[in-house]
Amino acid sequence: MSERILSKRFEIENSHTLPVYESTGGYATARRVLRELTPAQVTDEVKKSNLRGRGGAGFPTGQKWSFIPKDTGRPVYLCVNADESEPGTFKDRHIMEKDPHLLLEGIILSAYAIGCHQAYIYIRGEYIPQIRRLQDAIQAAYGRGCLGRRILGSGFDLDVALYTGAGAYICGEETALLESLEGKKGYPRLKPPFPAVVGLYGCPTIINNVETLASVPAIMEEGGDWFAALGTPRNGGTRLFGVSGHVVRPGIYEQPMGYSLKRLIFEDAGGIIDRRALKAVIPGGSSVPVLRADEIDIALDFESVAAAGSMLGSAGVIVMHDGTCMVRALQRLIHFYKDESCGQCSPCREGTGWLLKIVNRIIRGDGRPEDVDVMRDVAEGILGNTICPLGDAAALPVISFVTKFRDEFEYFVQHKRSAVLAPVG
Amino acid sequence: MELSEQLKQTLDALKRQFPHGLSVLMPALHAVQAEHGHIPPELEEPLGAYLGIPAEIVHEVSTFYFMFNNRPVGRHHIYICGNLSCWLRGAETLRDHLAARLGIQPGETTPDGRFTLSVVECLGMCDHAPVMLLDGEFHPDLTVERIDHILGGLT
Repeated sequence: MSERILSKRFEIENSHTLPVYESTGGYATARRVLRELTPAQVTDEVKKSNLRGRGGAGFPTGQKWSFIPKDTGRPVYLCVNADESEPGTFKDRHIMEKDPHLLLEGIILSAYAIGCHQAYIYIRGEYIPQIRRLQDAIQAAYGRGCLGRRILGSGFDLDVALYTGAGAYICGEETALLESLEGKKGYPRLKPPFPAVVGLYGCPTIINNVETLASVPAIMEEGGDWFAALGTPRNGGTRLFGVSGHVVRPGIYEQPMGYSLKRLIFEDAGGIIDRRALKAVIPGGSSVPVLRADEIDIALDFESVAAAGSMLGSAGVIVMHDGTCMVRALQRLIHFYKDESCGQCSPCREGTGWLLKIVNRIIRGDGRPEDVDVMRDVAEGILGNTICPLGDAAALPVISFVTKFRDEFEYFVQHKRSAVLAPVG
Repeated sequence: MELSEQLKQTLDALKRQFPHGLSVLMPALHAVQAEHGHIPPELEEPLGAYLGIPAEIVHEVSTFYFMFNNRPVGRHHIYICGNLSCWLRGAETLRDHLAARLGIQPGETTPDGRFTLSVVECLGMCDHAPVMLLDGEFHPDLTVERIDHILGGLT
């Protein structure tokens, strides 16, 4: 059994309540750290841990914190990205549902490190049961002196407020999240300036993912070196890998960074359903390039997945068996990006619409011989030409699907039906 | 159309909680929707006036976000996921079943005002695909039979 940091309370009854959290060691680390360590010491420990952002980009967390300018005289904000909306990703939901105080303790430690006295949790509007759970946890934490004035017996003040989104994938992009939190539509901002310098209300701001922050208590309890040693060089700790699609046991599996993708699918998640053969895997949420069945013998750390031509992203692994029509599967993804494009940048706004039109006409039986190449061209025209990564997120799956499964797309155009007999979905 | 006294009290509390920028607007729109079931377009101006936010910004924000309903919805609002992980597990069959059972297309409300059907993007419940969100609760591991059972118990 490997080390469990993030999911260690998941099976305990009433794990979401403050009494259970405290009786299993909760808030002890924050209580000690706030009295005994300086904020700089916390940041140093997190730097040592090789913790990298769990939202998708994998940026080193300690380094991000150190970008906060010193002594500007302006408030510093911590924004928690709980807008989990990347298709195939559901890990943060599990943390908020089963261990919301772990997130709050991570927020306390991180806010202390960056000198923040007001944190906001931006949660997607659809997570209604999780919103209630966080509200209860925040209220309980205030009641116990874990939040508010002079928290946990220290001289440190911290307020935490919940902010509820209303159904917009784009708001998971950190600057769109800030815009939304400022009460506007979620249009991503140009960078630079980066949020660490000019963020919420124009003030220095750190935006961290739920799972990232939930990793901090263990780092401060056991030490950065201990956390770093759990993973691979440059990839500290464990991760909540989410497996969905055609596997026997879809779910969340906490494993060290660098864990085998093959083992994750065939051992942890129990292999492929209905005794079918594996066809394709999207390893890091729907925005990353797809892998063919013969490409999955890889380690799940940022560098190894990149070397295989994809990205670890949100570690949401979507598994497809040989009954999957890749043309229709890609149509689902294109539909999503077209729906969720905020409309600010023309290549993304128009390009996703064109892609949807083309893939729909292929599925209708009206595909043209040049369509597969046109899809690739349109996707390449979006890639790198937008303010935020949503454009790339739409383009990369398209390019990888039509390249790796080109014969299926050509078959569909030519025969006006799927190459897969009796496809699922 | 005017803001109710109760809503004004809620808005006052929200203004204290979110004093900076226009931040009060999103929580305020959630509050309007909680009271009316949707955001009546004729409330955009009084809401803006009460919050000190131009009505055009209220409109812009209330129409940008999918979950803000800009017209009345049914007593029960079904959000069924149609994204990849749910689709791989048969979400399309469920969507078609719901549409046939309710006699409406996605995006529509039944004439008796009981149900609105929305096909939505990933709900973050992929480990329990296919799923729907109905009146604030998630319904996991759906089948046609389970949907019939759940809807059969509603008034």
